[in-house]
Amino acid sequence: MQHRYKNNLGLWGWLGGGRYGADRYAYALHRLSGLGILAYFLMHIFVTGTRVDGPEAWESAMHFFENPLFRLGEFLVFLAFLYHAVNGIRLVLVELGLLVGKPGLPSYPYSHSVIRQRPVLVVAMVITAVLVLFAGADFLFLTK
Amino acid sequence: MSTSKESGKMKTIVFEVLRYDPEKGGTPHLQEFTVPLHKGMTVLDGLHWIKEHEDPTLTWRSSCRMGICGSCGMFINGLPRLACTNQITHLHSDRVVIKPLPNFDIIRDLVPDLESLFDRHRSVKPYLIRRDRIEQNSPTREYFQSSEELVNYIQFAYCIKCGLCLSACPTVATSEDYTGPQALTQGWRYLADTRDEGTEEHSEELYSKHGVYRCHFAGACSQVCPKGVDPAMAIQLAKQAAFLKSMGLCKDKPGAPVTPPIDNWVSEKEIPKPPEPTVARES
Repeated sequence: MQHRYKNNLGLWGWLGGGRYGADRYAYALHRLSGLGILAYFLMHIFVTGTRVDGPEAWESAMHFFENPLFRLGEFLVFLAFLYHAVNGIRLVLVELGLLVGKPGLPSYPYSHSVIRQRPVLVVAMVITAVLVLFAGADFLFLTK
Repeated sequence: MSTSKESGKMKTIVFEVLRYDPEKGGTPHLQEFTVPLHKGMTVLDGLHWIKEHEDPTLTWRSSCRMGICGSCGMFINGLPRLACTNQITHLHSDRVVIKPLPNFDIIRDLVPDLESLFDRHRSVKPYLIRRDRIEQNSPTREYFQSSEELVNYIQFAYCIKCGLCLSACPTVATSEDYTGPQALTQGWRYLADTRDEGTEEHSEELYSKHGVYRCHFAGACSQVCPKGVDPAMAIQLAKQAAFLKSMGLCKDKPGAPVTPPIDNWVSEKEIPKPPEPTVARES
């Protein structure tokens, strides 16, 4: 057999790779935010694990994380959580077949389920944005 | 919006086409061609012009040139599309960048190896399965199906196996094991068909660990589908059906029966008679 050129897009296809609709980027962001939350979770287990070594180790670990960089990191984790939660609710509704409509006779110009559920994506993003604003205000002004 | 360059009286457009020669190997590269543009010209027409006037070695796959056969799927200006149903002026660009469909191996130039698509398609057993094989193989009458029941799957039966959805899908891009939007839709097409009795056979692949639950509704498949098949909906409906079944909210129905023999059939009295022939029949 002649040589074939492997043309799988891999991670690039996962993140973008074309002029697709917003839903495909919502998918990529959902996975990225999920990975972010997972990374935080592993770190969180490690940090709270320092308590086993006594109160001093715990105190020094807590002191280490008072750095503003980690405060920003904490905020980003919270953003990831907000996005993942709100978008996740949309995905649950979609996967229960509630927002995709019913199959019909295909007649041109074609409509499809992704367009039909698009308003819900917009609402989910608006809710996320509002929650992000509240969270930002909280991080900046309400907590030390 | 100006969609092409003016050169004298003749409008031209620049084609950038990905070239790959399997005999030489190496990395594919883009080659530029300047093509005269005329009204109503499709991307496929442009490729034909290049082959005829500029480079006879340019290779692609196409057949019907009217969006029926599904051979000419290509990655055109950032989206997987059929070369035959997309007019150059509708791309709103003075450059047409054509690459072979991603997520498939390149055989040569713009020819993707669709074997992985057909393997995926076969894996869901995309055909009517009946318990009574004798009746199925030598039918006495048709299976009874109402037009409402037909609507549940007819949309998914319009698939032309062009592979655009598989190139657009981000899950396919990273997982070669994923059954993919095309095959999953065909699996659901038979599950939704009231005549089918092979629920178990189709479900085996459909609900496997590489099946419907690997889809997270990126929606790119439905966006690029040239026939309005909407694979994203089929996959969500398959998930919905599995959920309802697991909650005991719906049960498998028996396959549609064979219609009763002709003796029991009563003709509709309201059907008007055909008009008299206007040409005298030969006696």
